[in-house]
Amino acid sequence: MSRPRVAVTGIGIVSPLGFGVAANWAALTAGRSGIRRISRFPVDHLRTTIAGCVDLPEDRPGAALPSPERVERMAVLAAEEALVSAGLGAPGAFPGPLFLGMPPVETEWPQRLELTRATNGNGAYREITLAALSRPFIHDLFCFGGIGERLAARFGTRGAPISLTTACATGASSIQLGVEAIQRGEARAALAIGADGSVHPEALIRFSLLSALSTRNDEPEKAARPFEKSRDGFVMSEGAAALVLEDEGSARARGATILGFVLGCGERADSFHRTRSNPDGSAIIGAMRNAIADAGLSPADIDYVNAHGTGTPENDKMEALGMRAVFGDRPPPISSNKSMIGHTLSAAGAIEAVFSLLTIRHQVLPPTINHDEPDPTIGLDVVPNAARPARVRHVLSNSFGFGGQNVCLVLGEAA
Amino acid sequence: MSPRDAWITGIGLVTSLGEGADAHWTVLTGSPQPLVNETGFAPFPVHPALSLELDKQIPKKSDQRQMEPWQRAGTYAAGLAIDAAGARGLVSDMHMIVAAGGGERDIALDEAVAAEIARLPPEEAGRVLNERLQTGLRPTLFLAQLSNLLAGNISIVHGVTGSSRTFMGEESAAADAIRIACARLAEGRGEVFLVGGAFLGARWDMLLLYGAGGGLWRGAYAPVSARQGGGMVLGCVNAFLVIEAADHARARGAAPLARIAAVATDASRRAEPGAIRAATEALWRGMAAGAPAGPLAVISGASGAGVPWAEERGFLAALAPAALRTPASLWGHGMEAAFPANVALGALALSRGAIFAPCDPADAGNAAPAAVLVTGIGHWRGEALALLTPAEDTR
Repeated sequence: MSRPRVAVTGIGIVSPLGFGVAANWAALTAGRSGIRRISRFPVDHLRTTIAGCVDLPEDRPGAALPSPERVERMAVLAAEEALVSAGLGAPGAFPGPLFLGMPPVETEWPQRLELTRATNGNGAYREITLAALSRPFIHDLFCFGGIGERLAARFGTRGAPISLTTACATGASSIQLGVEAIQRGEARAALAIGADGSVHPEALIRFSLLSALSTRNDEPEKAARPFEKSRDGFVMSEGAAALVLEDEGSARARGATILGFVLGCGERADSFHRTRSNPDGSAIIGAMRNAIADAGLSPADIDYVNAHGTGTPENDKMEALGMRAVFGDRPPPISSNKSMIGHTLSAAGAIEAVFSLLTIRHQVLPPTINHDEPDPTIGLDVVPNAARPARVRHVLSNSFGFGGQNVCLVLGEAA
Repeated sequence: MSPRDAWITGIGLVTSLGEGADAHWTVLTGSPQPLVNETGFAPFPVHPALSLELDKQIPKKSDQRQMEPWQRAGTYAAGLAIDAAGARGLVSDMHMIVAAGGGERDIALDEAVAAEIARLPPEEAGRVLNERLQTGLRPTLFLAQLSNLLAGNISIVHGVTGSSRTFMGEESAAADAIRIACARLAEGRGEVFLVGGAFLGARWDMLLLYGAGGGLWRGAYAPVSARQGGGMVLGCVNAFLVIEAADHARARGAAPLARIAAVATDASRRAEPGAIRAATEALWRGMAAGAPAGPLAVISGASGAGVPWAEERGFLAALAPAALRTPASLWGHGMEAAFPANVALGALALSRGAIFAPCDPADAGNAAPAAVLVTGIGHWRGEALALLTPAEDTR
């Protein structure tokens, strides 16, 4: 069965590299790092004290926005940029559904402490729950459907907003769901967003306790070292990207500028371990092959791979294994945006899809920075340290998540 | 009937009343009584979690240790569904959509840290918080409570690896999970899906979230229809469905319980009175033509929340179903698991050719249903309906 092609007609992005597509692409191709020492909260006693941080105008010293508000704020910024560039629909009346990739959220320490102060001070859940009876905002802010509801109301998207998580593949999953809805004919357009704003003490400590984070605190901008020999973990980060997805025929009929296509989506779950891939790489290989096949292409048609490339020893080794399995002896160049923006978690798949489209539009491969000493077991062209021009028609963008949730996208040029 | 019809071929159901489809049917067709814990979380009554023999569905102790109770209960229910469908051999290409909430926090740690630092100056509080969490949080807790790791554990324990997606967003997350699974079956993107959710409401972290603003019923337990002003009583509900393309099920000789004739969802802004009812009526108009002649039973997903229940009653009064059942009066509100659990009950009723006993004093009608309409009006947002009809082979 032949399915309609899905065009991308609008993109927007917020990352530690800046606000907006232009600022981000300039920084990314200049090889600039967005990683720095955390100033949002005290970092005493933490093993990792660095992150990629987006400072929002609403952040106050000592009182940063809670995670759901950060996610919503960055999602709004990215979506507004994407909608302006797409020029689709009236303001507040987007003609399609919303797919929001976001992190799980929950009541945070500032709220628990405020409730504790409002009661007898012993912090008991019974007491703070009774105090919360008069605070509906706690429910509306921290229930999982809250951010999607507010975004749907703001942008006037149609139907029930879908909020989803597939861990580090979340952003790619949100795009995949939008593509599928359009291909099924449920809608002519969809708004896909990936957003994350989890840089707060508890989330940082939780990742730290899994030994997943880099502890190269003295040189923040050098800490994210995907595929490099001395890599020691990923760097937590935050941001958002939004894509306006549109049925190709509809986009052409209204004379929209097509920025590129989502040609294929592939997924495969792993049953091996909660944080590690099966050593045989079968799930990530399967996801890559499924995406390429879904695009109607063969591996030789892929000109460049936007890596998952977290910079953990394990991930990068497995991704390299997957590359060799899928592409054989002559794999295409692969680079990791995370060397500069860090790991934006639920946003990563969407941010990297936008960067993949920009790679095609500008015919420039963004670099993997901090590549001082190649890891001999990787053996890939990682576009070390400096961007470089290349002929790029098709990009494979990889996203591999904790819990074995792997999603790959194939992005294609606007031809 | 189309070869791509969505058939329910397996149910995995765990509530405070029991585990498994047969056990639930036995209880529900007798004189079902709610199991309520009114003291443990007073003033909030809850329906307690069933104690499970985990080894039956999660054989490795190491897997059990890597989860908290919510993930275990969901993984257990998912295994029951796969077994009931006779689908153990299909898991490698089975697609999965899980509706997930948040996992358990470390309540004792939260309380101790809050008591210690609540009145410290902010900078100092921040430093002590770091120290207490760095040493107090168990390294395994993060994954054991992470939302998408319910699906991750189902992959690991049961081998479900076709694909894995987790939807978040309370009641409507599950309705959209079922809707999208059925749509993918219809277009041939997958042959067999595992869809469902798990919810353990007898936990302070959940009571804090859903109690904030006054959403929970307080005091002595009362059935949904008797709660003046409304209020939810949270339950412990875990429900998974194996949903399969009719031709695929037929080819392997799997017996269907029911056909999902339609699933539709919306999210009205609820800015004015009547919005919920209007949205629900619009969903019904879109699927009513698919209902066969004969008695229509409604299994209501009423959460207990007052305004949604009042508007749903308006919709149901006009619909005038031959039978109405409100399971939340019996096992409490199941949040992400409510809609799949109620779809499971509807499928059971159709496969047994009968409706079970009333769950609430306002429940009425005993006609054997020709079709079942499942409602899923979210306590805060989201409207959903599913229309179930007999799978052709069952009649």
